[in-house]
Amino acid sequence: MIDKSQCSGVWVFAEYRNGVIQDVTFELLAKGRELADKRGAKLAAVLFGQGLKDKAADLFANGADIVYYADAPALATFNGDAYTAQLTALVQQYKPEILLGGSTIAGRSFFPRVAVRVDTGLASDCTGLDVDAAGILQAVRPAYAGNVLATIVCPEHRPQMASVRAKAFKKGAPVAGRTGELIEVPAATGEVKTQILETVRDTGNVVNLADADIIVSGGRGIGGPDQFGFIQDLAAELKGAVGASRAAVDAGWISSVHQVGQTGKTVKPKLYIACGISGAIQHLAGMGASDFIIAINKDAAAPIFEIADIGIVGDLFAVVPALTQALKNR
Amino acid sequence: MGVQYGFSEQQTEIRNTMREFAKERVIPARAELDEKEEFPHALLQELGKMDMMGLYIPSELSGFGGGSFDFCIAIEELSRICIGVSVSYAANALGSYPILLFGTDAQLKKYMPPIAKGEKYCAFGLTEANAGSDAGGIQTTAVLKGDKYILNGTKQWITNGGEADTYTIIAMTDKNKGARGASAFIVEKGFKGFSFGKKEKKLGIRCSATRELVFQDCEVPKENILAREGMGFIVAMKTLDTSRPGIAAQGVGLAQGALDEAVTYARTRVQFDKPIIANQAIQHMLANMATKTEAARALTYAAARTIDAEEKDVSKISAMCKLFATDVAMEVTTDAVQILGGYGYMREYPVEKMMRDAKILQIYEGTNQIQRNVIGAALIKEYASMK
Amino acid sequence: MHIVVCIKQVPSSIAVKTDPATQALTCTGSDYLINPFDENALEAALVLKDSDKAKVTVLTIGAAQAADVLREALGRGADAAQFISDAAFDGSDAWATGKILAAAIQKLGDVNLVICGKQTFDGDTAQVGPSLAEFLGWPCVAFVRKIALEAGALKVERMYEEGFEKIALPLPAVLTVGKEINTPRMASLKGRMAAKKAQLAPITAAALGLAPETVGAQGARTRLAKMAPVPRKSGGIKVDGSDAAVAAKTVVDKLREMKLV
Repeated sequence: MIDKSQCSGVWVFAEYRNGVIQDVTFELLAKGRELADKRGAKLAAVLFGQGLKDKAADLFANGADIVYYADAPALATFNGDAYTAQLTALVQQYKPEILLGGSTIAGRSFFPRVAVRVDTGLASDCTGLDVDAAGILQAVRPAYAGNVLATIVCPEHRPQMASVRAKAFKKGAPVAGRTGELIEVPAATGEVKTQILETVRDTGNVVNLADADIIVSGGRGIGGPDQFGFIQDLAAELKGAVGASRAAVDAGWISSVHQVGQTGKTVKPKLYIACGISGAIQHLAGMGASDFIIAINKDAAAPIFEIADIGIVGDLFAVVPALTQALKNR
Repeated sequence: MGVQYGFSEQQTEIRNTMREFAKERVIPARAELDEKEEFPHALLQELGKMDMMGLYIPSELSGFGGGSFDFCIAIEELSRICIGVSVSYAANALGSYPILLFGTDAQLKKYMPPIAKGEKYCAFGLTEANAGSDAGGIQTTAVLKGDKYILNGTKQWITNGGEADTYTIIAMTDKNKGARGASAFIVEKGFKGFSFGKKEKKLGIRCSATRELVFQDCEVPKENILAREGMGFIVAMKTLDTSRPGIAAQGVGLAQGALDEAVTYARTRVQFDKPIIANQAIQHMLANMATKTEAARALTYAAARTIDAEEKDVSKISAMCKLFATDVAMEVTTDAVQILGGYGYMREYPVEKMMRDAKILQIYEGTNQIQRNVIGAALIKEYASMK
Repeated sequence: MHIVVCIKQVPSSIAVKTDPATQALTCTGSDYLINPFDENALEAALVLKDSDKAKVTVLTIGAAQAADVLREALGRGADAAQFISDAAFDGSDAWATGKILAAAIQKLGDVNLVICGKQTFDGDTAQVGPSLAEFLGWPCVAFVRKIALEAGALKVERMYEEGFEKIALPLPAVLTVGKEINTPRMASLKGRMAAKKAQLAPITAAALGLAPETVGAQGARTRLAKMAPVPRKSGGIKVDGSDAAVAAKTVVDKLREMKLV
């Protein structure tokens, strides 16, 4: 257990994937800056990879005072064993007070392991963060199927860890030329038992709903696989992604990669159009935080209308094509 | 709320198993299976893994060892959701009963375990173009030549035809003797001279396979005769006596399924500012539907229990439950469509399919007119013996 | 080959109530079932049992009624069940849960592979699988969509946002899976009948050699500070869709005004 009194600083794990530092990192740097200023502490970013030293500039420009950079072949892409060992070693040496990362596949895979290894608590998949006067991180996350917002604290152990959903916070404006201290740390990846044989980029099958600005989703009211064409047409017109409710996925009308909701993806697009989705709580848990919601349903009493900015009571087979047409005409 | 029928722990488990299966697997699939007229192969395979295909087959033949009542409970639950799937399921039993009732040890051991495990399907072939209700009009012949029977003729409207691997077939070994000249045979798919006609397009039970079985000098090993020559009519009648409560259970389940839909709809459909169930006219319709369904259930269970008690002559009670429960199913599904109104007529709701499916129950495994004949004949016999 | 599957009983629906006096929120679950992703984990193990003759043990932590999920799993084909139940476990966070599960797995002794659902329906942390791997000191791959056993080692496919990776790892190991991996089977009739009779004696903290203060609310590294209702939107407008073209125009005008299109 790390001595609480020796800890200071806010750290953000910088996720480098597919040749870029992920947006969630910059969102967290913006929030982390706020938290660090409240604590009168420094904001650090942690970057792992191979030959990425020059990427530190982006992290400084987005608010980092320090960048810890580890360079090793085992860190070139995400490897749970290697990343866990490397981050643990850094945390034990430099003792941050707060450690944040994106609630991505990688983040959710290795943050829990780091937490156990350094013996501390972790709040997962958070949507809000604050720090109180005593330096206790207030990590807010949806709980009980998105029914409530729970505030999680880790009073006794350090660092206080949280993984945070993409788009929970806004990116700041990068300050070109802003610099900081680059600390290159030795590789400490330990024994790596997991061997990555092949990485297959497969965006054909993968629908990156989490990153989509516009999502058009279909539910039980769609009635069958063929009718998903209406949804696809509207999504294509809006250059958005196609989503689906669990009912539509379970019925076999569309593949589960499209599923939005508690057992699917959590999304926060600028515009979410729900077609023939009644709005079961599990679906709302996955899309309720969308900036603007349009619901189309023939049942005026459907719960989806309670969270919709625009609710259209009507036949989706008439309204959805009409919308597509109206957008074409615009 | 429920009526107590004295289910054993095992029967409760059978009901729950099939109820969950029907809800989880059949509800999402039924409309599409019906629309595409697609045989529910995946569903039957899964039922096999769940021990349900061998429910009525003795455990020493790899079955579950359940009785008629157990089987009726399973059929009822499946029928509540889809008759097309339930007939594909239950027709295996219809095809198997001749073997189970009359098969030799060797026949039982060879044919029943794969059916019990769901690895193979089974079908029963009695009906022909000119031999429906009048089984005496069968024209398919079987002639013994050396160590083989040579079958010639065509069976019509055979449920699971083409999908099944094992067929029990009634054919004439002696045309001069009428009904006493019929014999029963086990015929395997792949026997030389055995082929299938086209798949029929039907009003209802559209996912089930209904085909012609065509025998052209079909060679059947001599040892594949069931019972002995001349017993074919008895085999068929005993088989139907045993299977009829299963059809009744289809009627009970279907009526219950339609009632479920009608009540659910009537509670939520608002017209003139109130749910339509608040209208006495609707309540009375639902009351009649519920009462008839429960009466059909009680009669069906009584018949199944009579068979399980190994009562010697079950023709009358079997015919009664089949007649009553399937007439109830037709009435209740029709009323359910009426209660759902325009929505009920649309394919978006399940009741139109239920109504289409119901009609066959009054027709197959002996029309309901034939059931009345059976009951009438039994009454004559019963009262004649009272003297 | 001995596979352990960790399963959790979760409510399929949750009602949130506010105490009018204290304004405190309470969440009451109903219609309990196996956590959906845990069903996928169990199915993945049963598939390995079918192909590689593995023994499958299911394990749950919970109060008396949680034994129901073990019976369901036994009905589907699990060979043995461990019912871990002790008031000392109440209030465990993901950290403490990982610790308890790891202790139970170590006590079994001969376990080669642990499969967990990627996250639970109620807690939703996705932490327990990776946490318990750390307590065991085993490698872990989370979000797996395909598992193969080859020459005593694992080859898995791990999903990531833009595709998947093929990863090799030795046994023993911990994997977490999502619904992409399979369709869970249903319990067989014979399985259900046998599962009803299974003896599921609670395994306590003492039996696992865990001091009560190291688990449960006392041992947890995180605490729930407060719960608040999710702020719901207001001011939404309803549009009559009976004339689709008019409705569509209203919506498109609004979207243009909002600069969303």
